[in-house]
Amino acid sequence: MIEIRQLDITYGEGETANHVVRGIDLSIGEGESVGIVGESGCGKSTVLRSLVGLERGWRGSIQIGGRDMPQVRRIADLRLAQMVFQDPFGSLHPRHRIGTALSEAARCMGLRADPDRIAAALEEVGLPAGFADRFPHELSGGQRQRVAIARALIVEPPVILLDEPTSALDVSVQAEILNLLSDRREERGLTYLFVTHDLSVVSHMCDRILVMEKGVFSEELTADDIGAARATTPYAQHLIDASLLGHDTNP
Amino acid sequence: MQNDQILDVCNLTVRFANGAVRAVDGVDLSLGRGKLGIVGESGSGKSTVGRALMRLLPPFASVTADRLSFDGQDLLDLSERRMHKLRGARMSLIMQDPRYSLNPVKTIGIQVAEAARLHLGHRRKEARDAAEAILERVRIREPRRVLDAYPHQISGGMGQRVMIGMMLLAKPRLVIADEPTSALDVSVRGEVLDLLDEMVEQEGAALILISHDIRMVSAFCERIAVMYKGRVVEELAHLGEAEHIYTRGLISAMPDPRLPVRRLKVPDRAALAKLESEGGI
Repeated sequence: MIEIRQLDITYGEGETANHVVRGIDLSIGEGESVGIVGESGCGKSTVLRSLVGLERGWRGSIQIGGRDMPQVRRIADLRLAQMVFQDPFGSLHPRHRIGTALSEAARCMGLRADPDRIAAALEEVGLPAGFADRFPHELSGGQRQRVAIARALIVEPPVILLDEPTSALDVSVQAEILNLLSDRREERGLTYLFVTHDLSVVSHMCDRILVMEKGVFSEELTADDIGAARATTPYAQHLIDASLLGHDTNP
Repeated sequence: MQNDQILDVCNLTVRFANGAVRAVDGVDLSLGRGKLGIVGESGSGKSTVGRALMRLLPPFASVTADRLSFDGQDLLDLSERRMHKLRGARMSLIMQDPRYSLNPVKTIGIQVAEAARLHLGHRRKEARDAAEAILERVRIREPRRVLDAYPHQISGGMGQRVMIGMMLLAKPRLVIADEPTSALDVSVRGEVLDLLDEMVEQEGAALILISHDIRMVSAFCERIAVMYKGRVVEELAHLGEAEHIYTRGLISAMPDPRLPVRRLKVPDRAALAKLESEGGI
């Protein structure tokens, strides 16, 4: 579903140039759920942003659903992958009602956006249809993230890119959102690419986890590897140990 | 008053909006040397407890308690002037993000030295030496370089180590750390916690660690107070003792790589609401 070959991204030029992504390859099958973990600045979000078309000036090749992605995307390209961002405060227009935010996303992609469709989109993410008339500030963080997921799903893309979708949420709300994401994936056969620094979240959501370090993938892990704290590179091992802090004190 | 008791809180209540909102509702805490964790989700009142202890809440908050004594002094009775002397010297607050708690237009050196001048009465040269020494103690590799750096020039983990150093400079009796590692990368979290632990241990201080991460807190603290809607619903020594449905819900909602499940357990909000209406919380 996603094929990335030798993706390379540099910001700036000359001496101050920052080589963020250094020639990575990534291949994700249809219906697969893959995670990228790494620390701030390792380039993980930049990979997502170039996949969805928010970055220009990348080198290499990106294919989604068998189509080659140009630097500047057309509607047909954009309909293949949609993104859910970390902060639902920042990703929803504060003065647009939820219904407007959703219908705009659909209309921009050349899809019809009648009230029935909006209502269905809201219900699909577990919100009452009446929320279409609300403003973002009238919603809790978890509800706003549900809207952000509805906004991505309304375009009916085969691929959803998730950039730290639950890091701003409480753990109980995180559990609800992760369950919602698993359910929709099962139903629609979606392909997920998850970017996060939280290893417990990726190991719950993903079959394969790539560890990113300084612009390259340094290791590939399975969810079982993380559960057993088993990695081959010291960096990945350190990351696992650090995130399993307190997990040995299970009730 | 026993010598080893540092903090003794009974029935602490914080009201906002003329009493319409009880952010903290009758919390009792007692703490000697050692580490107490306060765990809860957003809105549980955990940060408000920390701020009430430091008396840093805005004037429109009404803070009452049957007893709020720190080191034998009644905190509610102290004048703002006396309180000012206590803060930073006898009791310190470490906040979430060093990028916001450090002044962006002053160098690290000036800020750490300021703490030394303020709380230890050092003169300029002495203060700078004290600043360098404390940065070394919090394991900053090139303390001199960092002294001359501005907050944006250092990493989050280093910033938090500077904050810890600065807070511990005056050898406080009580350190309140409010989500000290949430803004940091996973791999530096452990180091910062270890450092905090070591410093508190060496100084014989009491630590209150406020966090949403119940597993992290359980690995680090001797006791955990779980807060929900302004109340402490349960106090535990380790997670295995958890009995309250809220605590259990909180633990099982976290994905655990060692115990993979297909769907995560979501806290039973209906049961919680029922328990609450029956006065069980």
